[in-house]
Amino acid sequence: MHVEVRGLNKHFGDFHAVKDVNFGITKGHLIGLLGPSGGGKTSILRMLAGLETPDSGEIIFHGKTVNNLPPQEREIGFVFQNYALFKHMTVFENIAFGLKVKKSSKNAIRDRVAELVELTGLKGFEKRYPHQLSGGQRQRVAFARALAPEPQLLLLDEPFAAIDAKIRQELRSWLRELIERVGITSIFVTHDQDEAIEVADEIMIINQGRLEQKGTPWDIYKEPKTPFVATFIGESTLIESASELKGFKGAGGGKLTKALIRPEYIEVGHLHEFKMASATEQGIVKHLHFRGSEWLVEVEVNGHKLVTYRSLEKETLTPGQKISVLVHRAYLFNDEHSWIQENGLKEDPMPVFI
Amino acid sequence: MRRLWITLTYLVFFLLIAAPLGKMTIGAFSEGWGGFWNALTRPEALHALMMTGFVVVVVTLLNTLFGIMMALYLVRANWLGRRLKSLLNSIVDLPYAVSPVIGGLMIVLLLGPDSALGALFEQIGVKIVYAFPGMVIATLFVTFPLMVREVMPVLQEIGSQQEEAASTLGAYGWTTFWKVTWPSIRWAVIYGVILTVARSLGEFGAVLVVSGNIMNKTQTATTLVYQDVENFNVTAAGGIALVLAAFSAGLLLLMEWSKRRKGVH
Repeated sequence: MHVEVRGLNKHFGDFHAVKDVNFGITKGHLIGLLGPSGGGKTSILRMLAGLETPDSGEIIFHGKTVNNLPPQEREIGFVFQNYALFKHMTVFENIAFGLKVKKSSKNAIRDRVAELVELTGLKGFEKRYPHQLSGGQRQRVAFARALAPEPQLLLLDEPFAAIDAKIRQELRSWLRELIERVGITSIFVTHDQDEAIEVADEIMIINQGRLEQKGTPWDIYKEPKTPFVATFIGESTLIESASELKGFKGAGGGKLTKALIRPEYIEVGHLHEFKMASATEQGIVKHLHFRGSEWLVEVEVNGHKLVTYRSLEKETLTPGQKISVLVHRAYLFNDEHSWIQENGLKEDPMPVFI
Repeated sequence: MRRLWITLTYLVFFLLIAAPLGKMTIGAFSEGWGGFWNALTRPEALHALMMTGFVVVVVTLLNTLFGIMMALYLVRANWLGRRLKSLLNSIVDLPYAVSPVIGGLMIVLLLGPDSALGALFEQIGVKIVYAFPGMVIATLFVTFPLMVREVMPVLQEIGSQQEEAASTLGAYGWTTFWKVTWPSIRWAVIYGVILTVARSLGEFGAVLVVSGNIMNKTQTATTLVYQDVENFNVTAAGGIALVLAAFSAGLLLLMEWSKRRKGVH
């Protein structure tokens, strides 16, 4: 369903957990609420579910304000972080719960549960109790239980947090496919950026109760709107004064401007490997870390430590080696605004047309 | 040295529990089966046992209902302030700390014939103190923490997420309670009931003050034992005491059994 939130605020005592949050979600999209722990993501999710009452603001489903509707009437499915399975009920009874409450017929319940059991790959486990299942299986049960009454909106609170890394990877793509197949609007909370980037159609970055930015993972990565988003998404190194970097002289027009530089913005190599040698700077390789599929290289340039990756196919560097470094672009910001700037020396000052 | 301690421990156990119990049993049968039977079938004894039975049944029902509700509100209600909650939480334990006699006295002072409230009830024809309602209230006062203290930790442990999950699946309060909360707190409630029965069966001080110990009217089994002892009627006292002790022992066995059942479940 189409979800709209306007001017949402929530206090817990003196703590302002959610600050004036506005957003809209298109029907059928999968949205990731991403941000550091304690940032208000879960509070937003719980207010959407009706488990928490907003202090002010409107929550609109399908063009209808639902602020005063209890969770029972919002047509939502909620998957809790620790699944909150009914521990004295079997898998079958857990999934059937929402249907029984709705007083569906016995046959309808049996068919629907069988369908969901098939869909979630839990066949053969219907008679088991939650404590007899693995973490991944419990997650699937929680998911099937939430989907059983055919909700219009699926809300997931840190759905993969309690699962070990290997299975998490599988479950992510499984969930993504499943949600696509069911075609239900879904919102999930996570503090893991890889998870959000991989699974979500759109990401909303939440920090200290504020919505910092909303957009597709690619947009957010490419064009972070705030310094927080820039540091939170992807890896980066912070340089206190951008103008000390070669190619960024005068950045910010004299104001103190900081720079964030992602590993992929940096290129290292021998001088002859670069087309525009004048844009490079001398650096020293400080450390090398093997990262499985590539080298993580730490280089020191002008007293600044920069980090980049280097393919294993290229000649292996050694610590202490002198090397040329080119900073292709940087994310710059000062007190007033933030922008992305390309290296000014990369453009040939005297192009020769042949 | 170790042997000495072992001997001493057994000696204390014997002196404190086994010997008095044995002596009481012998006392009850000092006049043979007939004496024991007569002591139990005296009209005042039958009436006292019946009063105890009524008090136990009514108190257990009320305490179970309100104990569970109190526990639910203390753990789950977020419309109560944190301060108020912790205050209520400590007040629940008050009957543990206060002597039952003082509990009974408070009820007499509040609802006795000389008090405003008591006079009001008297006017509409309801006698509270020195009558059955007062005895129930006094026993409730004494047993109140038992159910709350059994159920509260379980509610805290299971958390509210299962209940929230039920609500997002469309279940309202009553369904959620019976289908989700009740199966989790069931055993705690059973313990609470057993403890309440045992405590109200044996309650003496609070009931003595509130009931006035009127023979064939407000006398309970325990207060009758007290009176028999006062009258040097040891056989009669021993007989009733034995019945009470047997009941309590039965309850203990029931509790042990239910604990084992829970382990299996």
